[in-house]
This record gives sequence, structure tokens and C-alpha cells, in this order.
Amino acid sequence: MSTLWPMLWKEFVQMRRDRLTLFMMIGVPVVQLLLFGFAIKTEVRHVPTVVLDDSRSSASRALVTVMRNTGNFDIVAQVHTPDAIRDAIDAGDASAALVIPPDYYRDVKRGHTAHAQVIVDAADPLGSQAALGAAGSVAQPMTTARPALDLRLRPWFNPDLRAEAYIVPGLIGVLLSLVMLMVTSMSIVRERERGTLEQLIVTPVTKTSLMLGKMLPFVLVGYVQVVLILVLGKLLFDIPIRGSLPLLFLLTFSFIIANLGIGLFISTVVRTQAQAMQLSFFVILPNILLSGFMFPRAAMPAVARWLGLILPLTYYLRILRGILLKAVGLEFLWRDALILTAVAVTTVMISVVRFSKSIE
Amino acid sequence: MTSPGDEAAVQISGVRKVFGSLVALDGIDLTIPRREVFGLLGPNGSGKTTFIRILCGLMAPTAGQATVVGFDVVKQSDALRMRIGYMSQKFGLYDDLTVVENLRFFAGVYGIKGRALSERVDERLTALGLEERKDQLAGNLSGGWKQRLALACATAHDPDMLFLDEPTAGVDPAARRQFWTTIYGMAEAGTTILVTTHYMDEAARCRRLAFLSKGRVIALGTPDEIPKQFGKATIEDVFVALEEKVA
Repeated sequence: MSTLWPMLWKEFVQMRRDRLTLFMMIGVPVVQLLLFGFAIKTEVRHVPTVVLDDSRSSASRALVTVMRNTGNFDIVAQVHTPDAIRDAIDAGDASAALVIPPDYYRDVKRGHTAHAQVIVDAADPLGSQAALGAAGSVAQPMTTARPALDLRLRPWFNPDLRAEAYIVPGLIGVLLSLVMLMVTSMSIVRERERGTLEQLIVTPVTKTSLMLGKMLPFVLVGYVQVVLILVLGKLLFDIPIRGSLPLLFLLTFSFIIANLGIGLFISTVVRTQAQAMQLSFFVILPNILLSGFMFPRAAMPAVARWLGLILPLTYYLRILRGILLKAVGLEFLWRDALILTAVAVTTVMISVVRFSKSIE
Repeated sequence: MTSPGDEAAVQISGVRKVFGSLVALDGIDLTIPRREVFGLLGPNGSGKTTFIRILCGLMAPTAGQATVVGFDVVKQSDALRMRIGYMSQKFGLYDDLTVVENLRFFAGVYGIKGRALSERVDERLTALGLEERKDQLAGNLSGGWKQRLALACATAHDPDMLFLDEPTAGVDPAARRQFWTTIYGMAEAGTTILVTTHYMDEAARCRRLAFLSKGRVIALGTPDEIPKQFGKATIEDVFVALEEKVA
């Protein structure tokens, strides 16, 4: 083990000197956080909306006002024919339309069910879904006058349904995967490409020292990233931290090691840094798509759900959201924690064995 | 019990190495006494690299026995690694570390630390005239200086045996001459040196030479003896004749 300290020292000196990698480790998380945090909004605000009000009554004007006041719909124009609605949506001036029929006022007065129609441009399914939901929430209180079924929605843990509260905790996992995989997968290949590995293996540096020397500095980097995103997430997006931070940091260790293990494995398979980069991306893409980071796993077809189960990120996302948003503890997360730890141990062991062979 | 100084630096008998259907080394017997500067010649693909890798304990021979500075290359490869140094044709040091950082690292992995480490690093810097460049990044050094640094690193732990794999490839003549002066100095101080080269003037500087071809030692002797054995005027003629025979 006495060869571990020189290895660690060397890795830190190199890390400090490598500006680009440093940027990748610190700058990328910040940029990504800002991009994802500000840009990805699945809830809909300020949908440009036209109104076709054939009722022209106090009741219809009240409905329009309520819709506008939700902040979800911006009334951009009053139109007078159905064709005008079509034109406005076709031209992109509006994404939604509210149609109030002539008998609206009469029905409201008589206590009948009054009908109004919301048309949504569903070319963007995600946006239109959210718009429909918003319209439904407008109608909800008005239908309680004579309810057949009074269904009330209670969005727990994220009552405002803010996408950031969902995305930013997940971003911690995605960024850890991204950086850990890329940097480690490249680090051993780099030694091989530059011929320094050949020099290293004739020294008494043990394989364990070499692997640990490559991994431990990145564990530290990983934690710096987690703290960075948590702090920025809190300051910029008001992401809640409801559960136990020590527990989060503890379970993060398994996740970091699992990713480092995969990264090291990649580095034993490839011959060049370019290949390492490509293979890392190949691994990262399904992580982003199938882990539940952006798309809910419940909505995925069975095959995709199964594939998601082999990704460490799937489990870590549950841990992140569970702890940060729901304040749950190990009593609910132990299964995810166990799987992550098993993945970590397995990948590291496989990499060490493969690495020993690849040197010969 | 013999003290380590008494026995030969390298003692090999019947070493074979087979990769699948390729026979890289086909029964090698060789003894290199201590303090000798021994040259290993042979065309590319003759088995030189495999030979050195086995002697460094990086690869186990398929058959046969080899001891280097008293250690069995298979059973005692860890202990062996502490006592040997290796320098390859490819600059195997860290471009993004400075001269002194490279030295500290390579001395450090041999377990040298604290005051001893600083002293050792200073001593190597002085011995190879690297003091003025000690804070330069290794990547910014010219070929000759890189090679000096590589030698300094390969000898940071004062090894008993030094393997030099085409150490002067791509280095200018003045630097090569200086390099050999250093090598002789080390041999006199007690280090055994095994060097592979393609430069015939360098081969002539070795105490003894072995010609390797298709995994066999086909000639062994001093630089004066070998041309006579083959009825040629110079080592280069022998080398060319052998290579033509192989091709």
C-alpha cells in the first residue's frame, strides 16, 4: 500500500494542472444545472390563448378572467369565428383557444351543466398535456355546484408541480454519472496511450494502488459536485432538502464507486481516449433516457423498464428524490442502497480482474 | 549461502514463450555477469521485447527458468521489481509533471520518502545535470533532456539491474555520447545493464552482445568476436546478413 500515496499525490498534481478536466468537473455541473434548471419546464405558463366568446355575458367574462388569473393562459386575442381560431393556431399566434357557446349564460343561470371548450395545439404533446391539466383545474371548482364526482387533486412533495424540484435532484445523479464515467474511463487509457503505463508496471506500484490512485481523487471530485449542485439548487431554484444529508452522502458513495467501476471497466476495454469517450456516451445516454431522470419509468414499455433496472442511476434517482423531496430514510431506501452497493462492488472487482489481464 | 554479489546478474536456462501458435522465444540460455553492459540485437519481431518483459517479471515464461539479480522472475517478481529499472524507447514519463515531480513520483513508488526522498531526487538531478530544468514540465523538454530524465527516473531507486529498450532512438549524437558515458559510470558503480539497440556504434560499446533471431540466440560474444564468427568485417554486416536471412 506504500505505493498508493505517490499515486494519489501524482494524480492530484496532474488534476490541478489539467485545466480542461478541472473545468469539466466543476464548470460542467454549473452550466448543466443552469441549463436544465431554467430551460426544462414541463409545467405550462403563459400559453398564448385566443377566446371565441359567443355568450358575451358576465358569466363568460368571469370564466375568461379565471383562466387568465391562473397565469397559465395569456389571452392574446378575441376572435369571432371558428376559422379564426384555426388561423391563429396555424400561424403560431396561439397555442390554445377557449370557446364559449351562446347558451353558456343560460345554462349557468338555470343551473344546468354549462359547456365550454378548450382547444389545445397538441403538436407538442408534453406542453398540451400540461395545458389541459391547467384548464381542468380551472373547471374543477366550477363543477362542484352539482357534483357527480368531486375529484380533488393533491400533489404531494411538490405541490406547485415545479419541474425543477424533480429535475435538479436527478441532475446530481446524471452529472455524477457523466463526469465520473468520462474522466475515469479516460484516465487509464491516457496512461496507456502516452506510454506511461508501460513505465508504471515495471515499478512496484501494485494494481490495487494504481486503481485506487485513479479512483479516490474522483470520489472527492464527486462529492464536491454533489455539494455544488445542492447549494446552487437551493439558492437558485429553491430545491428542498427535506431528508437526511448524511444519509444522502453515505449512499452517494456507493453510486460514485459504481460509476468509477464502470469507467475503469471501459478503460480496460478500449485502446484510445477517443474510444473511451464514445463508449462513455453510449453508456450515459440510456442512463439519461431510461433511469427516470426525464421521463417517468411508469410510462415506459416493459422492455425499457427492464433495461432501466440495470442502470445504477435508476436506483440513485430514487434515493435522491426520496431523501431530498420526501424526507424518507433507509427504511424505504435500503433495497436501492443494497443494489447500488452490489453494483459498485461487482463493477470494481470485474475491472480489477480485467485490468490485470489487459496489462499482460 | 552466496551473497547476491557473487552470482550472475541474469541466469536463464531453456526459456520459451509461446503466444498461441506463435513461438516468441524458443529455448534461450544466457548468463550475464554483474556489472556487464550487455547488448541485445535483433530485427524487429525477433523476441527482444518479450525477452525483456520476462526478465522484468511482467510476463511468465511458458517453460524454463530465469533469475535476475538473484530473484526468480516468476516466484519473486515483486521483490525483483524493487531492484530493477526499466527505460523504454517511448518516453514513459508524465508530460504534465515537472522534472522534479516525475523524479519524486518514481522514487516515491519504491518506498523512498521524507528526507531520503528529497536527497535522492537532488542526487539524481545533479548526476544527470538536470538541476536547472527541474521545474520545467517534462513535456517541454527536448529529446536529449527527456531521455536523461527517463534515465534519472529509471535509476531513482538505485537498481542492481537496468533494462534499456532502444534508449537512444531519436536522440542527437552528442546526447547519445553523453548517455553512454553515464551508462559506463553506472556499470562501474555496480549496476548491470542490458540494452537493446539498432545503432551499430552503440552495439560496439557493449561488453558483450547477443543476436536474437526468431526467438533464438544465434550469436553470442564480444563486439570483436561476433563478426569473425560470421566471416564479416563489422557487426553491421552481420546484422544485415542475418536480417536478409530471416526475410
